[in-house]
Amino acid sequence: MPERHKTAAPRVNDFTVKFANVNGSGSSSANALVMKAIFRMGVPVVGKNFFPSNIQGLPTWYEIRVTREGWRARAARVDIMVAMNAETYARDVREVVPGGCLVYDSTWPRPGLLEREDIRTIGVPFAQLCNEHFEGARARTLMKNIMYAGTLAALIDLDLEVIRGLLAETFAKKPALVDSNMKAIEIGYRWAKEHFDCPLATRIERMDATKGHVLMDGNTAAALGCVYAGATVGAWYPITPSTSLMDAYRSFCARHRTDPKTGRRDYVVVQAEDELAAIGVVVGAMWNGARAFTPTSGPGISLMEEFIGLAYYAEVPAVIFDVQRVGPSTGMPTRTQQCDLIACAYASHGDTRHVLLFPDSPEECFTMAVQAFDLAERLQTPVFVLLDLDIGMNDWMAPEFRWDDAYRWDRGKMLTKEQIEGLAKFQRYMDPDGDGIPHRTLPGISPKASYFTRGSGHSKYGTYTEDSVEYREVLDRLARKFETAKKLVPPAVVDGRGAGAAIVSLGSCDAPVREALAALRRGGLAIDYLRVRGFPFGAEVEEFLAAHQTVFVVEQNRDAQLRALLTLETAADKQKLRSILHYDGLPMSADCIVEGVNRALDRGVAA
Amino acid sequence: MSFIAKPGVANPGLPKNALGLNRRDYEGSMSTLCAGCGHDSVTAAIVQACFELALPPQTVVKLSGIGCSSKTTAYFVAGGHGFNSVHGRMPSVATGANAANRHLRYVGVSGDGDSLSIGVGQLTHAIRRNVDMLYILENNGVYGLTKGQFSASADVGSKSKKGVANEDQPIDPVLLALALGASFVARSFSGDKEQLVPLIQAGLAHRGFAIIDVLSPCVTFNDHEGSTKSYAYVREHSETPVAADYIAPRQEIRVQYAAGETVSVPMHDGSSVVLRKLDPGYDPTDRTRAAAYVQERAMRNEYVTGLIHVDETRGDFHQRQATADEALNTLAYERLCPGAAKLGKILQEFR
Repeated sequence: MPERHKTAAPRVNDFTVKFANVNGSGSSSANALVMKAIFRMGVPVVGKNFFPSNIQGLPTWYEIRVTREGWRARAARVDIMVAMNAETYARDVREVVPGGCLVYDSTWPRPGLLEREDIRTIGVPFAQLCNEHFEGARARTLMKNIMYAGTLAALIDLDLEVIRGLLAETFAKKPALVDSNMKAIEIGYRWAKEHFDCPLATRIERMDATKGHVLMDGNTAAALGCVYAGATVGAWYPITPSTSLMDAYRSFCARHRTDPKTGRRDYVVVQAEDELAAIGVVVGAMWNGARAFTPTSGPGISLMEEFIGLAYYAEVPAVIFDVQRVGPSTGMPTRTQQCDLIACAYASHGDTRHVLLFPDSPEECFTMAVQAFDLAERLQTPVFVLLDLDIGMNDWMAPEFRWDDAYRWDRGKMLTKEQIEGLAKFQRYMDPDGDGIPHRTLPGISPKASYFTRGSGHSKYGTYTEDSVEYREVLDRLARKFETAKKLVPPAVVDGRGAGAAIVSLGSCDAPVREALAALRRGGLAIDYLRVRGFPFGAEVEEFLAAHQTVFVVEQNRDAQLRALLTLETAADKQKLRSILHYDGLPMSADCIVEGVNRALDRGVAA
Repeated sequence: MSFIAKPGVANPGLPKNALGLNRRDYEGSMSTLCAGCGHDSVTAAIVQACFELALPPQTVVKLSGIGCSSKTTAYFVAGGHGFNSVHGRMPSVATGANAANRHLRYVGVSGDGDSLSIGVGQLTHAIRRNVDMLYILENNGVYGLTKGQFSASADVGSKSKKGVANEDQPIDPVLLALALGASFVARSFSGDKEQLVPLIQAGLAHRGFAIIDVLSPCVTFNDHEGSTKSYAYVREHSETPVAADYIAPRQEIRVQYAAGETVSVPMHDGSSVVLRKLDPGYDPTDRTRAAAYVQERAMRNEYVTGLIHVDETRGDFHQRQATADEALNTLAYERLCPGAAKLGKILQEFR
């Protein structure tokens, strides 16, 4: 029987490696090592982690897409499967594309492997090699992971010197670990070289396409943004997938906000007893003039709603990062979705509407974190930054962030002591400039600045009221303030004009949408694209919707929440907004968008 | 109604404090509570305490949740910012406010519903963190605004206005605070201003979480025969093992104390609290025995009042956080932002 895999087309710098592991076994550092080595060799990469809500023992996968074109979405194919988890072995083998390759631990031979003759099977006795070369159960488990990285290095032609350099950086303080890890790499590497034709046709070739880029997850980028925004108070209740945002903030602050001599800190982190307290701390701190934030996820938003309504009505700034995960209820905490759009846009009882920002990448997590604080203080209202697990926790290749040292924070209409002393009387909820935004004062400055903050009915003077006219006066001004917000949120990004069809999307969908657009346009379809970056929607969104006959709204939830917001908050005809939805919890790939558009337009298969 | 401003004219002959302010300068808007409400006496005691301490009004931050007691933050120190937040969540707002500026005086006023039912979680965690604030719990055993339901502090057997006896175990905020390791625990009675004013002053001087449980009868729903939170019952069933006198910084101790019967506790701001032992066997610095004492007296239907426990040595929230001396909300942006050059270095680690 001919070996069909030998006829597979070479896929240099354009393939996907998937690692099937058991969580808690230390595999993530081996996978990260491979990904970073490819990146350091100048080849663009996309990393996606599929992990269970569990500490140890359940299946976990890591996917590295190597993409010379620099695409940022995952590809819906697996070229090389490193199958290290016997439990998921059957499904892992099935996932490999014809002509692909399977690496497995042949210490225990598995006849089932022979079921597929259209893939190449590479058996390496990892466990046996580890037992021969390393002592101790823990070391053997860890080194098995590093060893498969070595085998993979031989198969896809990774530079061992790059790997050695990475290990030296990781274990800078423990040089002995560099040697033992490198030993495992070399054992895996040599075995592959001695037993198989290396490298494969599917392999890495050095490029120069990652210069000026970083590999970072969105939570880290958002945390860095909080530091640069001058945030000094962080409060949170641990919840996946947002926890690493606070971890990163704390670690940046330990290095950049701590007096090296005294150890005294220019920040405070409060691990709250629950999300209700976390948002309470944020509201209290921002009311008192410190920039404060809380990272959370959907269940936390549900718990915070009462305080969010208070902050909206009493006009207290707050910054909330919602790293969205699969709902409803506890849902799937380690899977991604964009399912809190409506929950955040209208959070809390009564008439409330909130400012939302939708970063599509780590660089926007960084810049929008800074913008969120400026907007919250300028508008004196809660601002939500809606990440999702895919942006927040996966490593993305992103252009290095830039910082303008001339930037200064916008504290909004906060009166100085001199301004207060010059007033006949301070009144909290007036509309001095006709933009719906009142003046604000901080405690401790002057007895003339004092006012009473309350969530109960209040007049424009800040006094308690149950008077209909006084109540409406404030509520109507809040609506005017929301109109002002339309002009202040980051405008939508538009790609293309004049086509009849268009895609409207947001956040992490941008990566697959961009790839789909290229495919659709290559196939001859004229199609435009708008990515909303903020809510409320600006005039440019309204105009774009009006200018297109068919608008595909691409988003990651079942109920078409972005489409719902567009129908509620713009004049767009509901009929022309057609949904392309993805909500299985895995990051989206371009093919489902291409298929969705083609099916809807009754076109044949696009390029 | 609270939006009715009081007349601003004060008798020029009123005594002035060190800032040249008179007592009226520490008042707030008109109370809307029922005539005779214990809470109004507590408000008056806070006004007196702040006046005597000569606190600049703008340095007093008043925080509350929801309920009759929570309304009272509008009735004192009009020159300080007030925040009437959401039900049971004032401690988190106070924690955030204190995080932002450690140099102001935070006065939280809450009730037994706000503190012991919906807000018991936040109260306990503010105690754990030892947030530097005075927390006054105006305790009347009943929900007033919703017309007379028992609260979580109602004693077993205490009768509602309609004659129904409460059967659920009460939560005693003093015992709760002692169990959680609060560094300043006191109880008083709204009808005993002589005891309450120095306790409030001591609580304000204390660095850390100072809780004063003030039995404050509800004249409308819980001041009848058979209630254990009525004026008459509390008067008859109170016992004070230790009386506290607040001595301002550098102030001479004028009162003559008998030798061996007093303990002077120095507070962080230079003031001191002189404790007079009315029960010679009582030691307010011994938390375990204080709790046992309170419990024993409770079994005998006695409320222990006075400064029940104090520990000035425990680190507060900011000491544990190692926060800078300056208030975080006064730090210049240039000090907080690492700048472009450092960003480049930070990003190098992500290559």
